[in-house]
Amino acid sequence: MTSTQLAWLIRRHGIEMTHLSGGSHIGAVLSVADILGVLYAGILHYDSQNPNWDGRDRLIMSKGHAGAAVYAALAESGFFDPAELKTHYANGSRLSGHVSHHLPGVDFSTGSLGHGLSAAAGMALAAKQDGKHHRVFAVLGDGECDEGAVWEAALFANHYRLENLVAVIDHNHMQSLDTCENTLELEDFGAKWRAFGWHVVTVDGHDHPALQAALADTRNPGHKPTAVIANTVKGKGVSFMENDILWHYRFPHDGWEYDGAVTQLHRVIPDGITDPYTPEGIPNPVQPGPGADIGNDHSTSAGWHPTYFDRRD
Amino acid sequence: MRDTFVRTLIALAKENPNIQLVTGDLGFGVLKPFWEQLPNQFVNAGIAEQNMTSVAAGMALEGKIVFTYSIGNFPTLRCLEQIRNDCAYHQANVKIVCVGGGFVYGALGMSHQATEDIAVLRALPGVAVLCPGDPVEAEAATRAIAAYPGTCYLRLGRGGEKRIHDHLPQFEIGKAILIHPGQQVAIFSTGAIFAEIQGAEEILAAHGIYPAVYTFPTVKPIDREVIAHCASRFDLIVTVEEHNLSGGFGSAVAEVLAELPAHARLLRAGIPDTYCSIVGNQQYLRAQFGLDAVGIARQILAGVKT
Repeated sequence: MTSTQLAWLIRRHGIEMTHLSGGSHIGAVLSVADILGVLYAGILHYDSQNPNWDGRDRLIMSKGHAGAAVYAALAESGFFDPAELKTHYANGSRLSGHVSHHLPGVDFSTGSLGHGLSAAAGMALAAKQDGKHHRVFAVLGDGECDEGAVWEAALFANHYRLENLVAVIDHNHMQSLDTCENTLELEDFGAKWRAFGWHVVTVDGHDHPALQAALADTRNPGHKPTAVIANTVKGKGVSFMENDILWHYRFPHDGWEYDGAVTQLHRVIPDGITDPYTPEGIPNPVQPGPGADIGNDHSTSAGWHPTYFDRRD
Repeated sequence: MRDTFVRTLIALAKENPNIQLVTGDLGFGVLKPFWEQLPNQFVNAGIAEQNMTSVAAGMALEGKIVFTYSIGNFPTLRCLEQIRNDCAYHQANVKIVCVGGGFVYGALGMSHQATEDIAVLRALPGVAVLCPGDPVEAEAATRAIAAYPGTCYLRLGRGGEKRIHDHLPQFEIGKAILIHPGQQVAIFSTGAIFAEIQGAEEILAAHGIYPAVYTFPTVKPIDREVIAHCASRFDLIVTVEEHNLSGGFGSAVAEVLAELPAHARLLRAGIPDTYCSIVGNQQYLRAQFGLDAVGIARQILAGVKT
């Protein structure tokens, strides 16, 4: 399977899983879909029939709220039957909203932000001590980098020269209530990682060849850990979800939301794959009415105007 | 107790190259023998306990037996969620070691007084909580947690604790140890506060009271058999801990007692749900809370009379 095919399937599963479960975080699933598509279709070494193979690359999905994207990537990569994806959030399911290691292919449970990079650093350190040659990847959110523990890990990983550690940051520029810049400003984001001693590569996080080039070989002269800052769009692939904070929590409801999302995905379906849910697309999709919530600013800063500080430069 | 721990860990780590010691930038003058003799089994994670604990979890999931080391509340409360999510939930082979349980660092102030750690750590599913009472128990506990498959908490005093035992041939996680039998009253002690028990016994003897004494080097899993055994044979059970009374060792004993159909009365000696703003050394602060030999004896005498 190509990375483009896998990324499309991650998006399609993500829409279905959140639609069925009423689960949150579709915006993050869509922003990280290309990153995971590229990782699982060509970058990561793994054996889906032997998930604990010691020579595998490790991956920790530190932004565990986009768990649906990891589950979809694992299922489509052969770790378990994609039919199980429909049980996301359901009673008795193995697919909790945030990533759980009680599932083949998952190296670490996450959900509380700011843990994954540290755990990945521990795995990378152990691999170095034991002379093993696999890599350890951690996929982080940009909002997650508000957490102080991320920067503890950044110090540690540079100090111990964990060149086998790769942080891929899904830099979609938004978090829970607002943009990152309107929450706790992160820029100059790349400069921060460089200042912590990391080897930093900045790419378009929806450009597969660029992601592949950044991730294929992260060795560098200083033996530094690598941060791939992948600039992405939250909600990428569904126009009315893109860059709208509403879709951090809202799920695609019956009607124009679900129909519109599926229809937009079908316009760009790659050759060689089939939509497992609506193989022919949706024949007569419901259209948004005049009052549909599209293009409105749901960010905190749209309605919050404090006078006790002034961030204008 | 601290030096015994380090000495024991060095011996274990020489036998087992998978043992790693990760410190949160503490252990000056204490850990030096370890890092000099076993440089590739030692990591200084800096003053960053959250990262230290998750790093330890990641290393443990790759097959290491990882001891994290710091003092007071730093290896526990500062990084509690990392212990919960990354160590305990993953059943990671991480052994959290605290030097300075209770009022060891008394004069340094409340930030350095570890007085809720037992309660908090024993609330985590699957985490074994060990509070050795003397250097002999500390050595046995260190060996036991190294062999225990999962996350453990080892709460040490500091140094200079008196030896209770000559040797401990049969140390087992979850088992209390009978120091000597007695009548009417059974004293259960956990951790370094045991040093006060002998003095308390001398005062009690002058009043004709000869209690049985047990140490509980493990608070979790608690030794239900010994508690049940004593509940039907004594009038009064006394728990002694250098720790807050809410949720600690006495609470663990109370939980077992309360579920028995009939049982001895319970007297819990500890810190009465307050922070300590008094300045003083460990001995002084113990006395302020009735946890020195005189205070413990006074509480027991009052308990026997009611």
